[in-house]
Amino acid sequence: MSGAPLSIEWVRAMDDLLREFLTETNESLDVVDVELVKFEQEPNNATILNNIFRLVHTIKGTCGFLGLPRLEAIAHAAETLMGKFRDGVPVTHDAVTLVLASIDRIKDILAELEAANGTEPEGTDRDLIDQLEHLSLSAENAEDAEIDEMAAAMAEEKAAEEVDDTDTYQVLERPLRPGEVSLDELERAFQEAEVEIELPEAEGVEEDDEAETEAAAEVPSKAVAPTVMQEEAKPKNPSAKGKASQQGVSNQSIRVNVETLEHLMTMVSELVLTRNQLLEIVRRHEDSEFKVPLQRLSNVTGELQEGVMKTRMQPIGNAWQKLPRIVRDLSQELDKPIGLEMIGAETELDRQVLELIKDPLTHMIRNSADHGLEEPAERIAAGKPAKGLITLSAYHEGGHIIIEVKDDGRGLNLERIKEKALKNGVTTEAELEKMPDQQIYKFIFAAGFSTAANVTSVSGRGVGMDVVRNNVELIGGSIDLRSTQGKGSSFIIKIPLTLAIVSTLIVEAGGDRYAIPQLSVVELVRVQSNSEHRIERLKDRPVLRLRNKLLPLVHMSQLLGQAEEGDLDEDNGFIVVMQVGSQSFGVVVDGVFHTEEIVVKPMSSMLRNINMFSGNTILGDGAVIMIIDPNGVASAMASHASGTLTDTFEDEQDNEDALVVDADAPISLLLFRAGSDEPKAVPLSLVTRLEEFDVSKIERSNGRDLVQYRGSLMPLVYVNEGDRHKSEGAQPMLVFSDNGRSMGLVVDQIVDIVEDRMSIEVVSERPGVLGSAIIRERATEVIDLGYYLPLAFDDWFMRKEIDSATKTRKLLFLDDSAFFRNMLTPVLKAAGYDVTVCSSAQSAYELLEKGTEFSAIVTDIEMPTISGHEFCESLRRDTRFRHLPIIALSAVVTPASIEKGRQAGFDDYVAKFDRPGLLAALKDVLTSGMGVAA
Amino acid sequence: MTPHNLGTVNSDGTRQGLAEHIQYVTVVIGSQLFGLPISQVHDVFVPEKVTQVPLAPPEVEGVLNLRGRIVTAINMRRKLHLKPNDSDQGMMAVGIEYKGESYGLVIDAVGEVLNLPRHEMEANPSNLDFRWAEISGGVHRLEGRLMVVLDVDRLLSSLIEPKAA
Repeated sequence: MSGAPLSIEWVRAMDDLLREFLTETNESLDVVDVELVKFEQEPNNATILNNIFRLVHTIKGTCGFLGLPRLEAIAHAAETLMGKFRDGVPVTHDAVTLVLASIDRIKDILAELEAANGTEPEGTDRDLIDQLEHLSLSAENAEDAEIDEMAAAMAEEKAAEEVDDTDTYQVLERPLRPGEVSLDELERAFQEAEVEIELPEAEGVEEDDEAETEAAAEVPSKAVAPTVMQEEAKPKNPSAKGKASQQGVSNQSIRVNVETLEHLMTMVSELVLTRNQLLEIVRRHEDSEFKVPLQRLSNVTGELQEGVMKTRMQPIGNAWQKLPRIVRDLSQELDKPIGLEMIGAETELDRQVLELIKDPLTHMIRNSADHGLEEPAERIAAGKPAKGLITLSAYHEGGHIIIEVKDDGRGLNLERIKEKALKNGVTTEAELEKMPDQQIYKFIFAAGFSTAANVTSVSGRGVGMDVVRNNVELIGGSIDLRSTQGKGSSFIIKIPLTLAIVSTLIVEAGGDRYAIPQLSVVELVRVQSNSEHRIERLKDRPVLRLRNKLLPLVHMSQLLGQAEEGDLDEDNGFIVVMQVGSQSFGVVVDGVFHTEEIVVKPMSSMLRNINMFSGNTILGDGAVIMIIDPNGVASAMASHASGTLTDTFEDEQDNEDALVVDADAPISLLLFRAGSDEPKAVPLSLVTRLEEFDVSKIERSNGRDLVQYRGSLMPLVYVNEGDRHKSEGAQPMLVFSDNGRSMGLVVDQIVDIVEDRMSIEVVSERPGVLGSAIIRERATEVIDLGYYLPLAFDDWFMRKEIDSATKTRKLLFLDDSAFFRNMLTPVLKAAGYDVTVCSSAQSAYELLEKGTEFSAIVTDIEMPTISGHEFCESLRRDTRFRHLPIIALSAVVTPASIEKGRQAGFDDYVAKFDRPGLLAALKDVLTSGMGVAA
Repeated sequence: MTPHNLGTVNSDGTRQGLAEHIQYVTVVIGSQLFGLPISQVHDVFVPEKVTQVPLAPPEVEGVLNLRGRIVTAINMRRKLHLKPNDSDQGMMAVGIEYKGESYGLVIDAVGEVLNLPRHEMEANPSNLDFRWAEISGGVHRLEGRLMVVLDVDRLLSSLIEPKAA
């Protein structure tokens, strides 16, 4: 080979060699990093030293062989210094730092080498080499205290370490000698190594002196190449031996280009998709002869997929390799002793995920070291060992890998986080009050949030944990933390094992299907308007009571900008309860199909800006489907919510109207006492205002009590005949207003406002009382407002239809709830209608079939068996009732429900408690519908 | 999906393969004739089972599966600000590759392949609608009608780039 230096084969061989060299050297260097840190801690461990020595030596040797003088020179100088260690020269922090710096320089050069296709970058490493040589020399010449000075001078470093250094030194001097005896064999190996060092050393020195010009570099490298080549064989032997004992498997594995694996993975993904398509086809044909072979194909595909996935798996330890070094450097920089414990380094995960997790992990370790762990003095004062401990562990759980970064430091500073959260405006005092500590801690994941008191070079710039969180979420993972004051904190990252194949839930919304990653789906809830799980609204925002929590909801179609709020049938469907980080929310979908393992394909760059999707894929049936990005949904929810925060208070009044009310559902009731001790109740929504008047304001005129109220006289009505208002002080009363007129119902005391179910157990015969209901576990009289209103104004109800018609009209009133029948019937009767009451659609049908004629029908929507919609639709199909005015009464009045009602054929749609609205609607339909209906 | 292999169809006996000539696949959008350089046309297919993409730019008709690849379909009528196609007759799409991704330009119909001399192409008339000028590479005067040369790169980058910001 040496005879034909630059033939084409030679060049090609060099290319291959160089590539091999780069990969191998990079790996070796990572190992050296780790070993050196270990070595610093156990300077008398000859095995470690030999390992390092061997690795550096190999690097040096190969560099010489490949003609890379710069690398060779550094490696050589570093090796020489380590040779001195091996000879028993004390190991100092500075020396190790210097060797580490050399390793870094080698890495830098290697990186450039790779980028420049095998040409060494120009430049000089004289600075490093000088220091290395100085240290080696001084180690040789002066055995004693001088070293300290020299070393300190070289590394421009702290005098403070002098004490430490002498310490290490003495520790060292003793154990290395006995070590020599027991390590005979290795010693021999190094003896050999020593010999070959001599040669290049001699050349190396000249070379260095003549500087790093390329011309100069060419000559010696060529000259050296053959010599080193021969020598290469020698050191390889011991190293091979060492390797064989350490990792006997190494010769059973081969290096495969990552691209090849990626390609294989893509092809398998395609295979999975095709298999899914076939399965889908066979599913449609019950007795297909393909069934059995396809099952087989399916199994094989599954195994193949698993196998290929395995090839992409790497132990997470690969991502941890740099950490000991980082911790060591941090320990020096921050002047704190820090230990790093790593558990579960063999845990495997997809290399793509591995790459993406490296940086966040590094960041978290830095964080823990910098502001997680206290100063040594502080630790000792707290009764902890001076040396802080960071524990990094990884293990598998389900299809995920859990990585935990734990420190035994001071824990997160709750007060400071609160302070900062308030300052940044991410929350309010009131909210903080109610939050559990663990939730407050999570604010550190918010953008621009750093609680480090001082910005150090290590951390505290406020671009920390949010970046970590983003990175983790980017790969479909989640991050959580726990912290105990004074005991330490731990961060828990949960990430999928692979990104290529995701298990998803296929849902439908607005006629299209979407895939939601299973990882973020907590549960599915089926909603129906009259089931336990019902969607309620707070200021138009849908919410769901789920166990003890109120879950914010959003409809998928609305999220995707396909439908406006209110256009949707939100009474029926499914809620996909999702969790992203600490945020929980429900996404309302129209249907849920099945779960499917899908192969994620990236979105086209034209569509990549849509945050709501993380990718797309081809389903078994060949259709393309969008994959929902849970993080996109979460942030959309968050921005959605912020818009409503400000005006929550002003609209509280409105909320009461919007509150869903149903006989079986809790409603707001106003409890009061009047005349007797038993509590009385009235639906709060009927009450316009609660007022107190000084009794002196109550005037008597024309035999009744009145107060001046808002510029006019308001008649007062007493609950029981013969009741009197108080003789002095303030008189509480309930004010009912309608159409500019008000009435005051005098009460003794307003007790409370409660949310409770109201079902009237005992119907009352007594005027003014609808009946008794159990409210707050007490029998309570529910008063009949329809009785009192005409007491204030005789024509309260009458005046409305005075002008409409004199003829009494027959009304059919249909409601399954006794409460509403009792509540509205008197109102309708008082308005002059002849009311027939039915409790179900069936009995209404019977009445209509019998030929009873009605001028109009008022019906509830939410009824069991036959809903108001169905009732109306069926009537509209019958020619006899096509033009009969029908008014819907509903607890839910939204644009969507009104539209749905209109489609069903209702003439009008009124809220259950909107009594004036109902009367007005009746008047409307009766006057306008007259001609047609008759 | 019925892909037609276009191969190297030659029309009217015109010479082909010369550098001064460019082969165009002609397509009709609205009533206008457009030409796409054949080198950029991957295939022609009938778009089926197009999945709509919510929140996507209006020009994006949706995505579809073309032999295992996900293709983004672009509604050319919308891109050119023409009225939507009312007739029910089958739409066609021209498949193109751009920066490693597959796109389908949804058009009304595919015509023939023309071999046109490069020097006969004229610059866009100055009064051309700016929304057309943006994606037009020039105009060819054919017998009886004009053919607008679609600049595929400009067309797609106009759709992708504003979003990147």
